[in-house]
Amino acid sequence: MSEHVVPVKIYVTVFVTLLVMTAATTLISGVDLGPWNTVVALAIACFKASLVVLYFMHAKYSPKLTRVVIFGGLFWLAILLAITFSDFVSRGWIT
Amino acid sequence: MSAAVHEPEPPEPRDNYLTSAYGVRSWLLTRDHKRIALLYLASINVFFFLGGLFALLIRLELLTPEGDFVQAETYNKLFTMHGVTMIFFFMIPAIPAVLGNFFIPMMIGAKDLAFPRLNLLSWYIYVVGALFTFWAIVHGGVDTGWTFYTPYSTASSNSHVIATAVGIFITGFSSILTGLNFIVTIHTMRAPGMTWFRLPLFVWSSYATSLIIVLGTPVVAVTILMVFAERVLHLGFFDPALGGDPILFQHLFWFYSHPAVYIMVLPAMGVISELVTTFSRKNIFGYKFVAFASIGIAVLGFLVWGHHMFVSGQSVYAGLIFSILSFLVAIPSAVKVFNWTATMYKGSVSYRTPMLYAFGFIGLFTIGGLTGLFLASLGVDVHVHDTYFIIAHFHYIMVGGTIMGYLGGVHYWWPKISGKLYPEGWAKFAALVIFIGFNLTFFPQFILGYLGMPRRYHAYPEEFQVLNVMSTAGASILGVGYIIPLIYMVWSMRYGRNAPANPWGSTGLEWKTTSPPPTDNFETPPVVTEDPYVYSHEEVEVVG
Amino acid sequence: MADAAHEHASAGTPPGALQHHFESMAQQKDAASLGMWVFLVTEILFFGGLFLAYMIYRWANARAFAHASLHMDIALGTTNTAVLIISSLTMAMAVHSAATGRRRLLIGFLVATMILGAGFLGIKAVEYTDHIHHHLFPGPGFHYPVPAEAKPAELFFSLYFAMTGLHALHMIVGLGILTTLLLMARRGRFTPEYHTPVEISGLYWHFVDIVWIFLFPLLYLIGRHLH
Repeated sequence: MSEHVVPVKIYVTVFVTLLVMTAATTLISGVDLGPWNTVVALAIACFKASLVVLYFMHAKYSPKLTRVVIFGGLFWLAILLAITFSDFVSRGWIT
Repeated sequence: MSAAVHEPEPPEPRDNYLTSAYGVRSWLLTRDHKRIALLYLASINVFFFLGGLFALLIRLELLTPEGDFVQAETYNKLFTMHGVTMIFFFMIPAIPAVLGNFFIPMMIGAKDLAFPRLNLLSWYIYVVGALFTFWAIVHGGVDTGWTFYTPYSTASSNSHVIATAVGIFITGFSSILTGLNFIVTIHTMRAPGMTWFRLPLFVWSSYATSLIIVLGTPVVAVTILMVFAERVLHLGFFDPALGGDPILFQHLFWFYSHPAVYIMVLPAMGVISELVTTFSRKNIFGYKFVAFASIGIAVLGFLVWGHHMFVSGQSVYAGLIFSILSFLVAIPSAVKVFNWTATMYKGSVSYRTPMLYAFGFIGLFTIGGLTGLFLASLGVDVHVHDTYFIIAHFHYIMVGGTIMGYLGGVHYWWPKISGKLYPEGWAKFAALVIFIGFNLTFFPQFILGYLGMPRRYHAYPEEFQVLNVMSTAGASILGVGYIIPLIYMVWSMRYGRNAPANPWGSTGLEWKTTSPPPTDNFETPPVVTEDPYVYSHEEVEVVG
Repeated sequence: MADAAHEHASAGTPPGALQHHFESMAQQKDAASLGMWVFLVTEILFFGGLFLAYMIYRWANARAFAHASLHMDIALGTTNTAVLIISSLTMAMAVHSAATGRRRLLIGFLVATMILGAGFLGIKAVEYTDHIHHHLFPGPGFHYPVPAEAKPAELFFSLYFAMTGLHALHMIVGLGILTTLLLMARRGRFTPEYHTPVEISGLYWHFVDIVWIFLFPLLYLIGRHLH
């Protein structure tokens, strides 16, 4: 496997972006967007996480197997969340 | 076969993994995957017989309709401890940690697993977890059922829930690390020429099993943590008083525990593929179908957990989806059964002990699997849920299936592991006793369940007694059947005939090295040039 | 046979770095990297169970959860998020330093990461103490200012303490790992050809940061738009 040294510039750019997005998510959370607050917050979190995975964790420079592993883990989490949630939603469950 | 006696007994190899170092420290601090496999063999056998002891006590109580042997609360503890010890401390680790550990590196042509020290740590973690649970057992046990359903386990039970839960939690990490080790090993340490489609099918099943382990076990781990937090720290997750849902526990629990049954059966299926090809002297029918069926079982197995919850209060719509998916998951298993059968067709079949176990597996697993289809039907399950029908169903798969696969594998590879031959006559006898004892124990339970006898009750209506007595008689015979191999295997280590490198005339890299193997498995690292299971049509003397 | 492969290990590889059962440094590195990624997948599923509980109970008690979230200290939470992001940068820089053979920088960045990690835990300790003083720890001592929402609020705080507590435990383990790396770095164990432990520890540290990236909005920010 070739050793890819990621340039410091990329790290710094990602770092600044992460801080900016953190400020953004905190600020946006104070604005009432109704149901979209959650969507926006999660979208920003996913974007931040992707930056960390791709650049800090070198996923962008890693073999295909690494990406399969990451995708597999996330997909399995999605199975757990989606199918269990579908039970609660279709049950008419109220506390 | 007496023809084999003409072969002179081979000398013991001068230096092998058993003789390379002596003393307790050389075993307790070993990094050799083969020695670690034997450490596991010893430990899981202890828990197998402990679990069997609980089974014996259960069956003694059920000899009579009245609850006259033990009190109800004690009975609850007996079936709980039977389930916990058998599932978490025997069935889940057995084939992977013993046969997988020993043979995966050899089958792929490697010197060891990817992470030998992690492998040893896995064993120590297993032992620590086992000790926690053992502590709980001797201090009065647990009475929640191995399923630990809330709110009983979190709020009401006065038994040692925490100690047992902690024990299972810890041992779960042993399982996770083993699965992780296998995945990395199979991906990165195959010998030159060992492509994915030249791997023995035991490696494919072990790989699929490892996928299930790393994806499912963490979920039951966090679930146990949540039970712990609720019981000890009074955090609320499943507490209806706070608006929590006990059924959420069941979702989290079964998300792992259904795939767990595939952790238990897939490795055994891998063993059967090896046995059927060797003892039919024939290539597997449909190699890729069998290989992909293992992956299919692993994937589909994660989508069906709600079939344990049809009557729990889960939504009917979820139940419908889980029911359909549960029918689907039977398909890859059926593919395997058909392909093993087709492999034997026009093969040169020999009836050695390992093959007897393979026959037993195929027949009994099929019965267990078919009854699983009955249970996948919502309408049927509503009536037989929590009855002895369920108990019979899973014991046919777990005991008639997995344990037969385990015994078949241990017998098949015993010459390689120990350098000795077990006594074939006694082995065949034990296999027969086990087969008879097993069916006498569990077939009546299908009938009992269908007639309505509930599980987890220490007393029952009088009309069920005859079948219960048959079942207890069968269990006694089965118990004797399991003790016989323990005796002759140990005997063979000292007094058995030396085994040649390849007593069965089998293909596979593990048979190309000495019995027992050297510490590094091979004198020279192998290079693979042909497909697995390439058998010639000439007659070969099968020793033993 | 195997010795030849070991001799071919490049001059920059410290003696004994290639373990006996591997054929090459590349194979060893691939194995270590894949092993850590597979471990992180188990961690995704491990935290996933708690995220499932959060998702369901928040869906069923949206308003009460939002109100309960207002008891979080937004300044401390945002600060902690920034602290972890900075620590991810320093960790990435530590790996970079190891890959370029700069031992002093490696040590410096490892120390910086540890200080930031400890700082995070310190702030969390302050938060926990504050919550406990306000009777917001679930159980018999739980007391909530809005009785009508007390039960779902107790669910919220159960999830809060469980999720951030589990996260904090992972941070503590991370600090232990960094300490080990620091000791190894000081002894000159890492070179551009061999610094795999630093890389895979970095993967772990970044993962723990990612968990917090999700915990922060889900626990601290869900009620702010209601004001």
